[in-house]
Amino acid sequence: MAKYILKRVLMAVITLFVVICLTFFLMNAVPGSPWLSERSPSQATIDALNAKYGLDKPVIVQLGMYLNDLLHLDFRDSIKMQKDRPVLDIIANMFPISAKIGVISILWAILVGVPLGCLAAYRRGTWVDSLLRVISTVGISMPGFVVATLLLHTLTGGLPGVNLFPATFVASDWRSYVLPCLSLGFYPMCYLSRQTRTAMLDSISQEYIKTARAKGLKNGKIIFKHALRNALIPVITYLGPQIAFTLCGGFVVETVFTIPGLGRYFVQSITNRDYPLIMGTTIFLAAFIIIMNLVVDLLYKLVDPRINLSKGGD
Amino acid sequence: MNKRKALSLLLAGTMVAGLLAGCGNGAQNSNETPGAQNSPAAGGETTANGTTANEITVNFASEPESLDPARNTTVDGSIMINHLFEGLMTWEDSGEETAGSNGTCNNAKLVPGQAESYDVTTNEDGTVTYTFHLRDGIKWSDGKDVTAQDFVFSWQRLVSPDTASDYSNMLSGVVNAIAITNGEMDPSELGVAAPDEKTFEVTLVNDLPYFLEICAFPSCMPVREDVVSDTQWTYSPETFVSNGAYKLDIRKTNDQISMVPNENYYGVEELGPDRITFKLMDNDNAILNGFKSGDLDFIQSMPVDEVAGLIASGDLNIVNYIGVYYVCFNTEKAPFDDPLVREAFTLAIDRNYMVREITQAGEMPAGGFVPSGVYDAAGTEGEDFRTVGGNYYSISEEDYEANCERARELLAEAGYPNGEGFPVVEYLYNTNDGHKKIAEALQNMWKTVLGVEVTLNNQEWNAFLQVRKDGDYAICRNGWIADYNDPMSFLDMWLTGGGNNDAQYSNENFDNLIAQARTETDAAKRMELLHQAEDQIIGTDHALCPIYFYTQKYLLADDIQGMYYTPLGYFFFDKCTRG
Repeated sequence: MAKYILKRVLMAVITLFVVICLTFFLMNAVPGSPWLSERSPSQATIDALNAKYGLDKPVIVQLGMYLNDLLHLDFRDSIKMQKDRPVLDIIANMFPISAKIGVISILWAILVGVPLGCLAAYRRGTWVDSLLRVISTVGISMPGFVVATLLLHTLTGGLPGVNLFPATFVASDWRSYVLPCLSLGFYPMCYLSRQTRTAMLDSISQEYIKTARAKGLKNGKIIFKHALRNALIPVITYLGPQIAFTLCGGFVVETVFTIPGLGRYFVQSITNRDYPLIMGTTIFLAAFIIIMNLVVDLLYKLVDPRINLSKGGD
Repeated sequence: MNKRKALSLLLAGTMVAGLLAGCGNGAQNSNETPGAQNSPAAGGETTANGTTANEITVNFASEPESLDPARNTTVDGSIMINHLFEGLMTWEDSGEETAGSNGTCNNAKLVPGQAESYDVTTNEDGTVTYTFHLRDGIKWSDGKDVTAQDFVFSWQRLVSPDTASDYSNMLSGVVNAIAITNGEMDPSELGVAAPDEKTFEVTLVNDLPYFLEICAFPSCMPVREDVVSDTQWTYSPETFVSNGAYKLDIRKTNDQISMVPNENYYGVEELGPDRITFKLMDNDNAILNGFKSGDLDFIQSMPVDEVAGLIASGDLNIVNYIGVYYVCFNTEKAPFDDPLVREAFTLAIDRNYMVREITQAGEMPAGGFVPSGVYDAAGTEGEDFRTVGGNYYSISEEDYEANCERARELLAEAGYPNGEGFPVVEYLYNTNDGHKKIAEALQNMWKTVLGVEVTLNNQEWNAFLQVRKDGDYAICRNGWIADYNDPMSFLDMWLTGGGNNDAQYSNENFDNLIAQARTETDAAKRMELLHQAEDQIIGTDHALCPIYFYTQKYLLADDIQGMYYTPLGYFFFDKCTRG
């Protein structure tokens, strides 16, 4: 086990290093510069700025300097979006809102999606199953921004007389969270319910369920105590990366509802060519996803002892 | 088995706890700045949405780049800085209604700000010295006195290459400023001085008719040396010290910037709102819904499709805005190195169609480059520069056919009768619905009128800027907004090798005319030189193809009065009242 963890951590570090290098080169390969605007500064000013932030050096040298700073845990300061503010400060300031919305979204997705999946499996072939299948198919095929835009348009004052939720985000008002969380959690909810249904049907057909039935156990007990536990394995596999993605990657929802979260800021940092901020957020998000994957793999082993991690586990 | 179960529960528990901890931090962080969103200001009457009757919530854009006057580059940032700081000169309500505002807004006029008066003297060497006498009792928001030395420091800082300000050129008329920005001289050699605490002297290479307006420009507003020595000073209300009517109270990244009256401001008694909140949003649908539901009191962005309906309902106000939307030809590369081709392309455009069918917000078809509303020699009193200079081609609907006829003749003269033999050229614009519609209309007009094939290409904003700056295009979209009300703001950018000379335009006569205008002291003669410069670049060379002059559109809550505005795009809310 210890050997396996060590191996996985090492892999994680290498993955992160590759992500850093790739992002750095790609970011520099894209045309544009942080100093440009409709009204560009003089060439002397641009030169001075490039020199100040080391952008006048070859990309490989810049990367070397950046990696060196990272080793000293220096993520540098923003050069455009919030001039001179440490990137870590910005992330620490903006991630909590993204995380809050992500947590609520994923929680309701699980709490609703898993039972619905069980229900569909339990009532297989009935109208309930068909209805749930229609809903989940719609949810999976409809892009997040469509759901978000639809909700924004209809429920925040876009339709005359229908003004149930605020159109402007106020961090201290719970009503501000309803629509973003609904939009962000809709896809995982639908996906989870389908996933659960399939896994559940698989479990129900197993021998030990037949045994349970033969013993005369109640249906509810069979489904929730015996079948669900095994059905949850594929769900957990999906949940790990999805939690990471929902927590950090809600940029579509954040953009539509103008939420001051990290996702929206990440996208803005790219259009603004704020290099340190692009790198900082990318590293943060990548590390988060890598860690979540690692945690899930370990959790997997605990839930299902049949999985052998040391042989081909990775 | 039990051990494993316990361990898995523990792990799962840790995960959930970790997530919830993140959640908890969120709540904590969102309240880290003093004065929570919903805390009503003293004496205010609470309305349905939790704000008080004396509070105003407005939207211009998302997070501004900087609230440091010297480092700000955007109009929305400038509007915030105008409320937080005050320059030697400032703007106040003139009492005269702004045309097109339906009574919701007045014009701003330039008046003394931190300086109560000034003298102008011409020196023996031809330089001109402005001596500003600072007001008594002017203070920073932390109670310390504002001194002439603060202005000396701030202006030196603005031109210093270390600051690398985009707007250092606002002071290019001050003695030694250009050499300092280019790193050839020390900032201490700038032509400014503080002989005593209350006297600030500025020496200009020669007098500038718009210099007092520059003294009210956000970049030239004062900051204090000990405050800005902390590089993080603008990010927290505790470290943000300003000298204007309002002081920073809440700053939440990409969420809101909120300000309350500065009790140390000399005019604090006359201020209107107890709180002005700039909500930082950039989604047009959310912004419009926010206005409709009463969360926002002022907005200027809305979905393009909604504009016509809002005009029809009489809700949308449209006021003058000194700016021009134009097409830039790459004058260095064939086929647009030929003025005949450029003129043909210019004449083939139906500008009335553009403003009537596409932009639809009361824009004016442009018959020249310098927009309507820019002062001529008589300043506020007489006719504007555009009226005096007249149009370079007819913009009336009736003459469009004649323009097209002339365009075809010119193209034939250039060697491409009916567009034959004309290469396929590309029109470049930045990805945006509005620009796309204009590009498609242009493509169609050039095809129908001239028989030439124009392809369209759009690029992401920053990449587009780079390509345009490098001159790596044939024709592209462009736009320009005035920094100060003077034709020079639209003309000196076209000097050979200028930083914003995207057309790669170069003409000796034009360069000479601008150089002469810069040193000319007689206002009428100076304007004449600027008219000649525009005649050269537009009338003779057709280097640029103006499409329309901008307007500023906005929605304002019905119960708000007392807003005022300058056509440079600055709205002022400091004297607003509700009810």
